[in-house]
Amino acid sequence: MTGPEFKLSDFSFDGAQAPGIEDLSTLDAADKKRLLYAGVDVDQKDRAGSFLHMDHSGVHCHSSNPGVEILDIKRALKKYDGLPGHFWTQVDPDKDEFTRAARENLHGGYFVRTRPGARIKEPVQSCLFLKGQAVGQNVHNVVIVEEDSELHIITGCAVAGEDQSAAHLGISEFFIKKGGKLTFTMIHNWGHNTVVRPRTAGVVEAGGVFQNNYVLLKPVKTLQSYPAITLAGEGAVARFNSVIVAPAGSHVNSGSRINLNAPGTRGEIISRTMTTGGTIIAPANITANAVPARGHLECKGLIIGEGRIWAIPELDGTLEGVELSHEAAVGKIAQEEIEYLQARGMDEDEATSTIVRGFLNVDMDGLPEKLQQAISEQIDQLDSSDAM
Amino acid sequence: MLKIENLHVRIGEREVLRGIDLEIAEGETFILFGPNGSGKTTLLMTLMGFGNYTITEGRILFKDVDITHAPIHERARLGIGMSFQRPPTIHGLKTRHLVQMCAAHGNNKNGVDVEAMAGRVNFDTFLDRDINAGFSGGEIKRSELLQLMAQAPDLVLFDEPESGVDLENMKLIGTTARRLLDGFIEPTPGVSMKEQKSRRRTAGLIITHTGYILEYVNADRGQVMYNGHLCCEARPRDILDHVGRYGYQECVRCLSQPGSIQESLGGAQ
Repeated sequence: MTGPEFKLSDFSFDGAQAPGIEDLSTLDAADKKRLLYAGVDVDQKDRAGSFLHMDHSGVHCHSSNPGVEILDIKRALKKYDGLPGHFWTQVDPDKDEFTRAARENLHGGYFVRTRPGARIKEPVQSCLFLKGQAVGQNVHNVVIVEEDSELHIITGCAVAGEDQSAAHLGISEFFIKKGGKLTFTMIHNWGHNTVVRPRTAGVVEAGGVFQNNYVLLKPVKTLQSYPAITLAGEGAVARFNSVIVAPAGSHVNSGSRINLNAPGTRGEIISRTMTTGGTIIAPANITANAVPARGHLECKGLIIGEGRIWAIPELDGTLEGVELSHEAAVGKIAQEEIEYLQARGMDEDEATSTIVRGFLNVDMDGLPEKLQQAISEQIDQLDSSDAM
Repeated sequence: MLKIENLHVRIGEREVLRGIDLEIAEGETFILFGPNGSGKTTLLMTLMGFGNYTITEGRILFKDVDITHAPIHERARLGIGMSFQRPPTIHGLKTRHLVQMCAAHGNNKNGVDVEAMAGRVNFDTFLDRDINAGFSGGEIKRSELLQLMAQAPDLVLFDEPESGVDLENMKLIGTTARRLLDGFIEPTPGVSMKEQKSRRRTAGLIITHTGYILEYVNADRGQVMYNGHLCCEARPRDILDHVGRYGYQECVRCLSQPGSIQESLGGAQ
């Protein structure tokens, strides 16, 4: 299930320091494009703040909204005495070799915290960027959404070159306090030789909302991630939307888990996966340990030409009165749908790409227009590849 | 405009159409009657070019082009449009987008005012919904009509426009179907409505069970399909009255008369 094997010792976790970048618009055009595809707009227009980590260094950190604090995690640990009650409380540092690597040799990461009651309309953007050859990156992110505040983070993770060898290990811990709302949009923009092992967990208090959007349209050698969110307070809500495409050579094991641990909690996991030759494993789990609690899973997979999609929807109810449901399907594009569109004058290729675009078009609230465009652009590029 | 010659069609091993000859002139509306399973829908699907229908004999000409083996989209681009009875849901494809695509590939290359057009079939609030997702019977019909309005084909194939539609929707669907066939005639300075009417070009081939649609469209000719054959050509109203009174049994008798099609086929069945 873990895909191609690799050794962390093949990557260099030391010495790839990068100098600070005062102005993101001074990045070269190629990097800008990669960042844009990962959701980062270097003009920083309509952004509440920006954070950029390159190889082993935080290179840019800026907040333009007093309602949100953005720091490099190393500074935050100093400033807040090691972030007790937060740092390493959601993810177990001894979970596996990747968490241990991140604990032992921390390169950086972002710390983002809202002020109580602050409703930050414009998104904070962050990017964890791998530029050097065979660089391994250990980052640790902590996001705290204080009571009754609201925040949208767009985070892109990218490599500079499509064939560049790189390893990305990232710990992320989320804390959504009473009545808070976090929309977390993550766009992965890896390459054929990138290995990726994020470890993510979070907790949502009463009345809080965690909305997670995940987009992976580019190749990746191997990626395994399984963010877990616990709804600990009454009426908390979590939603995961993900859109994953795996071309030949990609091995993606990407799932999510929601624990409904308080009355009145609701969870929803929606995933759209498409392979044109790669492997996608999509485990999803909703566990209900309180009543009333409602959860729904929807995993839909399309195999185009060749590849493998393994959807693993799991529902685990431990009390009478929980309401959990799921809908899963792995298939191909229905001939009936193609013919319907052909009857409207589209040729077969146009009909197919229209259906694929629709399939991958999961509504993700609040995406800035430029990012939406960048995503559509990438989906259009998939169409023109020989796989379709 | 449409000419079908000795058309034989199989679905799998089963022969469903057994020698259909039919001509529909420009602007003419032709009504097809017949019991369930007689081959009516097969004829429409074959005309549109769907994959499961194998033509074993005969040919189809549209605007003098032989389209017997043309792919679906070429027929659509030549000017054939079809209203589906049970269209598939396409998730993520907004109705608005599909209507725009219909216009772009049909006779409205310069685009259409989608909102205004949708308003005519009381469908403007559905434009941002995924096509056919959770649509009721009447909503499907209105959506199909809207797509056809945008496409503006020269021949419209309607498969049971009245099925699954309540009476209130029937009026809207019936009048829209008529306008689609007759043109959206409105008082215009300089051109009389009669003159506008005489310019109509859209032909129609309509399948009906109940005949409700006849109250709205100006049907020119009609015929009964029975067991893969066409028989009993008459005025559509008369066919409807006859079938209403005696059922399709009469068609069986008609077909089994000496010298009938059945006889000439060697008395099979």
